[in-house]
Amino acid sequence: MPKPLIVLVVAVMAAFAVSHYADRIDPYYLDVMTGVGINVILAVSLNLVNGYTGQFSLGHAGFMSVGAYLSAAVTLLLGPRLLGDAGGTAVQQGLLFLAALLVGGLGAAVAGLGVGIPSLRLKGDYLALVTLGFGEIIRVVFQNIEALGGALGLNGIPNYTTVFWVYGFAALTVFTVVCLVHSTYGRGFIATHDDEVAAEAVGLNTTRYKIVAFVVGAFFAGVAGGLYGHFKLTITPTGFDLTKSIEIVVMVILGGMGNTPGVIMAAILLTILPEVLRSVEQYRMILYAFLLILLMLLRPNGLFNFNYAAFLSRLRRRPQPARR
Amino acid sequence: MTEFLQQLLNGLSLGAIYALIALGYTMVYGVLRFINFAHSDVFMVGAFIGYFAGRHLPQGSVTSGLMALACAMAGCAVLGIAIERLVYRPLRAGPTLNVLITAIGMSLFLEYTGQLVFGATPRAFPPIFPTRVIALHGLIVSTNQVIVIVVAFVLMVALEFTVHRTKIGTAMRAVALNPKAAQLVGINIDVVISFTFGLGSALAAAGGVLYALNYPSIDPLMGVVPGLKAFVAAVLGGVGNIPGAALGALILGMVETFVDGSRWSTYKDAIAFATLIGILLFRPAGLLGRFTAEKV
Repeated sequence: MPKPLIVLVVAVMAAFAVSHYADRIDPYYLDVMTGVGINVILAVSLNLVNGYTGQFSLGHAGFMSVGAYLSAAVTLLLGPRLLGDAGGTAVQQGLLFLAALLVGGLGAAVAGLGVGIPSLRLKGDYLALVTLGFGEIIRVVFQNIEALGGALGLNGIPNYTTVFWVYGFAALTVFTVVCLVHSTYGRGFIATHDDEVAAEAVGLNTTRYKIVAFVVGAFFAGVAGGLYGHFKLTITPTGFDLTKSIEIVVMVILGGMGNTPGVIMAAILLTILPEVLRSVEQYRMILYAFLLILLMLLRPNGLFNFNYAAFLSRLRRRPQPARR
Repeated sequence: MTEFLQQLLNGLSLGAIYALIALGYTMVYGVLRFINFAHSDVFMVGAFIGYFAGRHLPQGSVTSGLMALACAMAGCAVLGIAIERLVYRPLRAGPTLNVLITAIGMSLFLEYTGQLVFGATPRAFPPIFPTRVIALHGLIVSTNQVIVIVVAFVLMVALEFTVHRTKIGTAMRAVALNPKAAQLVGINIDVVISFTFGLGSALAAAGGVLYALNYPSIDPLMGVVPGLKAFVAAVLGGVGNIPGAALGALILGMVETFVDGSRWSTYKDAIAFATLIGILLFRPAGLLGRFTAEKV
């Protein structure tokens, strides 16, 4: 069995174990943990688009909202019909939730395809703006769909999100992104990022890579949205606005673009930081902004951008015994 | 017909305000190639300076109105220069994305400091200019709208003059064209960039005061939505291009006002962005921007 797959299976099993004993953990810590896991999924999936492929997207919250609304619609509208009034067994609920998350993810992936194809002619800031625009359009559309609660949002979503689901999907996201980027096919993402003209010159279809990155990124954003909806139990269109997208982008840049371990750490740090600063409630966001500026000034290549490759090769090179 | 003219007038005054903000975005983009996210909060600070100045001035006279406007513009010019000097300049050598994130940080910093200092509750903006409503053949014109259009027009003409007829304006265009070459011919880049930030921030402050006059309540988060729209306008016209920003802002103001008056009014923001996306699909560098092919 390949190593990443073993890590994935172990991580999912660990998530299941923690989830099993969840009632012994303080609910507050459990909430923070769930929030951390969801942000890890969002940041790692955005990192595929912004970091590895180098396409600056500001619409991740839009894809998240598509996933959140679709999966909430599945559990709210289809749930009672499929499970009956009693609510079904735990396994039935789990399967329904899995289906809801997949529907949310696939819906978001379709939206990602819709955004990806027309945006291909655009570069840099123009692309950023178009993705931002799509995010805002998605938000306005949800605000106007009365069946999904309109501007008031959806309420009474069943509480299905557990540590197992969040960390299971977080592990799956990391697994997918890492394996994709390190595969032969996936080198194309990095080539597209490094030099689009050169990549095209050696025969890579950069357009395809951009679309694949958008679609995969959007899929996991949609799943994260579904998890978020079934964790907060209520979703409103304004909860997925530009501020949310920027929050995710900040995690990616702070972690170091295209550096998955760094991005995971940044996601953890930036979720916990506002919680730690809760004691100074009034100054919390000011301090958050101040720390953000300070970090950018002091660690311009990302907070956690250690050069792993150089570090590993140094480790490997050192104990070479002399031949002969 | 009257209704059409009325909407045209409303659109013109909204577009004029967007234009004042958009010019700051586009000028900073021209010289530094990055989106100054904190610009929309400089706009907010401008409105607040106008508010505090306006409370100490006699109300309802043109002189005091212009004085409040001048105070706001001067205060924000200083703020803009200070932000550039303290926060953006140390990062100038680094990647653009870092400056972008720092700008986001600066924006959050100004917003939440504003909430702490001014309080989060909206305040009523004093009527510093004389307010009267004129009926013209069934057309309703408020003096505030006239003031907005006149002030914006005067400022834009002044800007055009500064950029094309003065020494510092020529230097600004040189830096926008090629920073390294500009330095080689003896232009002090730091001075030019500071000047650009000062100029852009002063225009945003004017926009803030005029916006507050027409939508008479201000709060620390008031800059977010107009800032975003102005940014859209700047890109619509071709970011980095000064006449383009004004044109984009007018188009956006018109589209928004006409949609607002129709039965699609709840889709206002979506249609504004859809217009942008539609235009960018056919003109990827904006209406007046020039699309440059990438050379190897």
